[in-house]
Amino acid sequence: MNASSTIVRMRGSSPSFDVERIRRQFPILQTKVRGKRLVYLDSAATSQKPTQVLDAIRNYYTQENSNVHRGVHFLSELATQKYEAVREKVRRFINAATIHEIVFVRGTTEAINLVAQSFGRSQFTSGDEIVVSAMEHHSNIVPWQLLGDQVGTRLRVIPMTDEGELRMDEFVRLLNPKTRLVAITHVSNALGTINLIQEMVSEAHRRGIVVLVDGAQAVPHIRVDVQTLGADFYAFSGHKMFGPTGIGVLYGKQTFLESMPPYQAGGDMIKSVTFEKTIFNDLPYKFEAGTPNIEGAIGLGAAIDFMESLDWPVVEMHEQELLQYAQSKLVEIPNVKLVGTARLKSGVLSFTLDGVHPHDIGTILDQEGVAIRTGHHCAQPVMERFGIPATARASIALYNTFDDIDALVQGIHVVKKVFGV
Amino acid sequence: MNSDLQTLYQEIILDHNKNPRNFRVMADATQTLEGFNPLCGDRYTIFLKMRGDVVMDITFQGSGCAISKASASVMSTIVKGKRKEEVLDWFMKFRELVTGKLDAHNREEELGKLAAFAGVSEFPARVKCASLAWHTLKGALELSTATVSTE
Ligand SMILES: Cc1ncc(COP(=O)(O)O)c(C=O)c1O
Repeated sequence: MNASSTIVRMRGSSPSFDVERIRRQFPILQTKVRGKRLVYLDSAATSQKPTQVLDAIRNYYTQENSNVHRGVHFLSELATQKYEAVREKVRRFINAATIHEIVFVRGTTEAINLVAQSFGRSQFTSGDEIVVSAMEHHSNIVPWQLLGDQVGTRLRVIPMTDEGELRMDEFVRLLNPKTRLVAITHVSNALGTINLIQEMVSEAHRRGIVVLVDGAQAVPHIRVDVQTLGADFYAFSGHKMFGPTGIGVLYGKQTFLESMPPYQAGGDMIKSVTFEKTIFNDLPYKFEAGTPNIEGAIGLGAAIDFMESLDWPVVEMHEQELLQYAQSKLVEIPNVKLVGTARLKSGVLSFTLDGVHPHDIGTILDQEGVAIRTGHHCAQPVMERFGIPATARASIALYNTFDDIDALVQGIHVVKKVFGV
Repeated sequence: MNSDLQTLYQEIILDHNKNPRNFRVMADATQTLEGFNPLCGDRYTIFLKMRGDVVMDITFQGSGCAISKASASVMSTIVKGKRKEEVLDWFMKFRELVTGKLDAHNREEELGKLAAFAGVSEFPARVKCASLAWHTLKGALELSTATVSTE
């Protein structure tokens, strides 16, 4: 079978996924940039938001706005009820055992910092080891380095192959009696690699080691069941899963969360305060000091509703077809190199073009209406591993189309023309 | 190419990117300074050989995007043989040019090759790329020893 017939088949093979119907729900996708149709291929940085989410936030402010967990009046009870209903939605969405295991935070970054500063700082001591991987986002590296400065823990790093897959043999070899935590990304934002979390969790748990999973890039693309994965902590951000910015979730097993001291102090996280003694509130409120991001939670709830209205096996197939199509098109272009070619991959296309710096690629694509990200993607160790300063990264979400990929490819040809490569 | 792109990626810029001038290590430099833009990873070292306050020679090494490399290359050709005061004058001119405060029209003779960077002002995200080498040079002239950063 030649390449073009493969593509014809691939382009026509998911008739049950009506991407145009999806796109109509995202107002920003109907806009133009620089006079061109917006081709948004930067969803790994942040996703666009469906009308459902925008309406929920507007509705909250026009009909429900009030502070939560505080007032006795009608609106406060309504807002509290709506806010807490989202907690239950999140619980069901990731299949957590109870709502006490769902802590609202600002995003993945805050979730990981919370675990480092509350769990790590209270339970780890000098010489303890924390295992991370070579493909972590800075937000799953730096909090552990800070903790290391504070209590003397040591960071160990799982290496990866040239394809961007973690070396499982090396991973197992790193686990030892001093290992207290494995902190690992579910899906790499720079390479797209989907890690074998279940396998890693069982290796860690067999040795009594706790596991934190950074799910920021997984939740928008694959259905996550925290109990099946077995992770002790799971962190993700609302804004990457079609919800608003400033809201995210830390899932933690109840036994761990109960044993942990508060992360921040203030209103809402206490039961009673005297100047002599304060009694902390129950889970999860112990970790939610101050007025929370209520509109964010409401928007997150609507984003979950949006995601749950979709047929996921079909969505995943659509994204995989786009990824395969894009990869097959990119490797056809002379001097383009894909960075990250793991067997199990999500819709991330990191690439370089010989003779052209990624920044120049980004600027020229932008002139064509194609939004991608260029740089180190907050994963400088990944760039170092591959011996490059930066990559251009196109990332796919469920609203992308084959036309979007064609626009990317055409844009790269413009880059080649400008630079004569 | 559309016209905005044409003003950014001028022939001079593409040429200096491909064949950077004075692109080498200088063994007997009197001042050496590295400039780094952490946002995009652009990284250049500027080598100066000063006699009194005159730039006798200037070279550079490193890597980055076309804008940053061409800027370093063009800069090296402009400032060679100039006195420190004059170099700082050029620095000011360059900064005003890429931030859109200096109108390059009718001043092409005075600006020379530098005029090629006027288009950068239309691309705010790229101003830092264009300025990195100049900031590093200024740092080297002032004999600071730390790494220069555009952040
Ligand atoms: C893998 C990964 N982890 C963590 C983060 C940080 O997420 P946030 O900025 O929403 O806290 C990101 C976002 O770029 C990411 O891609």
